[in-house]
Amino acid sequence: MTGLRVDNVVVRYGGAHPVTAVDGVSLTVAPGETVALLGPSGCGKSSLLGAVVGIVDVDAGQVVWDDEDVTDVEVHRRGFGLVFQDGQLFPHRSVARNISFGLEMQRLPATDKRARVLELLELVGLDGLGDRPVTDLSGGQRQRVALARSLAPQPRLLALDEPLSALDADLRGRLAIEVRDILAAAGTAALVVTHDPAEAEVMATRVLRMRDGRLA
Amino acid sequence: MHPRRHRRHLVWWAVAALPLGFLGIFFVWPLLTVLARGLWDGGFDWAGTWAVVVDPRTADALVTTAGLATLGTLGSLALGIPAAYVLYRLRWRGQVTVRAIAAVPFVLPTIVVATAFTALLGRSGPLAFLGWDQTVWAIGLAMVFYNTSVVMRIVGGSWAGLDPRRADAARTLGANRRQAWWHVTVPALAPAVASAASVVFLFCATSFGVVLVMGGTRINTLETEIWLQVNQFLDIRAAAVLSILQLVFVAGILAASAWARRRRERVLGTRTVDGTRPATRSDVKVVVPVLVALGLLLAAPLWALLSRSLKVGDGYGFDHYVALFTDPPRSVLPVSVWQATLNSLTTAVIAASVATGLGLIVASLLARRGRKAAVLDAIVMLPLGVSAVIVGLGMLLTLNRTVLGVDLRGSWWLVPMAQAVVALPLVVRTLVPPARAIDPRMRAAAGALGASPGRVWTRVEWPLLRRPFGLALGFAFAISMGEFGATSFVARPDRPTLPTAIYRLLGRPGAENLGMAFAAAVLLAALTASVMMVSERMRTTVGGDL
Repeated sequence: MTGLRVDNVVVRYGGAHPVTAVDGVSLTVAPGETVALLGPSGCGKSSLLGAVVGIVDVDAGQVVWDDEDVTDVEVHRRGFGLVFQDGQLFPHRSVARNISFGLEMQRLPATDKRARVLELLELVGLDGLGDRPVTDLSGGQRQRVALARSLAPQPRLLALDEPLSALDADLRGRLAIEVRDILAAAGTAALVVTHDPAEAEVMATRVLRMRDGRLA
Repeated sequence: MHPRRHRRHLVWWAVAALPLGFLGIFFVWPLLTVLARGLWDGGFDWAGTWAVVVDPRTADALVTTAGLATLGTLGSLALGIPAAYVLYRLRWRGQVTVRAIAAVPFVLPTIVVATAFTALLGRSGPLAFLGWDQTVWAIGLAMVFYNTSVVMRIVGGSWAGLDPRRADAARTLGANRRQAWWHVTVPALAPAVASAASVVFLFCATSFGVVLVMGGTRINTLETEIWLQVNQFLDIRAAAVLSILQLVFVAGILAASAWARRRRERVLGTRTVDGTRPATRSDVKVVVPVLVALGLLLAAPLWALLSRSLKVGDGYGFDHYVALFTDPPRSVLPVSVWQATLNSLTTAVIAASVATGLGLIVASLLARRGRKAAVLDAIVMLPLGVSAVIVGLGMLLTLNRTVLGVDLRGSWWLVPMAQAVVALPLVVRTLVPPARAIDPRMRAAAGALGASPGRVWTRVEWPLLRRPFGLALGFAFAISMGEFGATSFVARPDRPTLPTAIYRLLGRPGAENLGMAFAAAVLLAALTASVMMVSERMRTTVGGDL
């Protein structure tokens, strides 16, 4: 069990104005560890996160999990979870059915699925709200659902892209602590991208700074 | 190239091959054949082409096309601009309902509109004494009936978003009402008016069914001349040359229209304000005449159609409707109108399924913007710039044979395929905005939860596109039900659709046949209008930009 190893990863975007968003970054995340990637907007941290998860193509370098090269493994086979800034909940599904999406993809039996959804609702403090439409939720509640949805299929690694930035300052502070505790309770390795140093300090066990596509 | 990127590229084009193949066979190949027939005759035959171009009939058709389109456009502007003011700039109770009613003509099939105006202005119609039957005035009026709502919507949208403080500013600088109107409001509205005018001009210049039915033998536009050359003079060559002229003509209008649209966007900018104001007592003198004019224009032909469909001898009854179920004499129609209706329904179901199926594929591919998406988008929109008449002619020329081992000669399959080609661009325009409204990161989120690209589509995209898909299906069905231009070329005489059956009935002598034509037109109008009404309920907040 060595966890995640990112090896000299390069991400370039083509088009009229080609840019190198990630310029040879290497890092590791051990199992159970939460690493924060801290940097200003446009420094390439989200591209790096996308490359780790598999939604951004890697132009050079490797993404390795437990000595297995997953660089060319498609996103849905990689077993890495992802939480976006604005949740990206499925508007046509209830809270519970959002959380159970990943479990459906694993074709889990219905009883196990129900149990796991209840367990996660409790973990993120949304007991009893399973049948709500996600459109009725507050911003903070939505991010809790997004977190629960990503944790449900028990990902090997959870990637969080500015998970709290869309929330107001007061809520952000409280939720940062909660997210840390939830991740600790789940025992999942996590990589958090943020531009807020205080948030990084609260959530992460280790903070890496990024600038112009490189680690500082 | 990166191997994963390369594989995605291949998959994308493999999926795109289906709509592209369909358009290749049923649109591009027929279109190229028309072009070739217009220029080649054994070899490059410029002299033969030129002979058709300088034929007096051609000049006559060109002049008539431009003249009628001008007449229809001016008429639509004359009524549409005041209507835009009353229905969009002002606010009053019941306005939304009136807007919806005013939009009704636009969804009616051309053959229904032509039949309704024949009922109004033709022999023994309530306004027959005007002597407008088979004149440009009658055709122009039908075009105004059709296009007033188009002007209303485009100009009204612009007018409602016009900041009233601009005119106020002019007033504080010493301009009187009239000067403020001329120097501030008119220039601000001009681009929208120009844009509406070019769109309406295009619709008028390509309105085939109305001219064919109402023009009789005397009035011919480029489109009806193409039809006559094929069906009466059996001169394919001349029809092909005329088609090229028509394509050039339409391309010119489209270029002007694109130019006007760019200007409109520049003048309006991105800022929109609420420039509407509640109607006051002093507005009555504008509101009432406009509403009366709109009401008369809308109600008169439809009322004439309905009442004449019920008129039997000196009284009223359902005889003409009953006659729709009986077999008429072979010389009139080879099958009953009811059978033609069933043909139309079957055809429209197939055409709508093909068009929306392909449209859904295209919309999914266009969801992510990019260079290859732009290419596909442009190709799929091409049929919009080519008149349905030319699509029909091209299919008649190319597909009346064995293709890939399938004998298509006289096959009724050509009818739904032609209609699907006509409907596809509108289906795509209905589905692309909602497809693009789905955040790509939502797909990424589903992928990260273990959903393969296929399951992302079935579990996330499809549920979100289901309602727009229903809307597009209804649109496509209504378009196919009423489609006349292309259908009139490829429908077999012994298997008429409802519109071609109505056309046949209108052309046969006898009050019975005319009465049946009116009843059939009412049936067609009721069918299309109800389908449109049901599918409009599917419109969501992210709905299409029609």
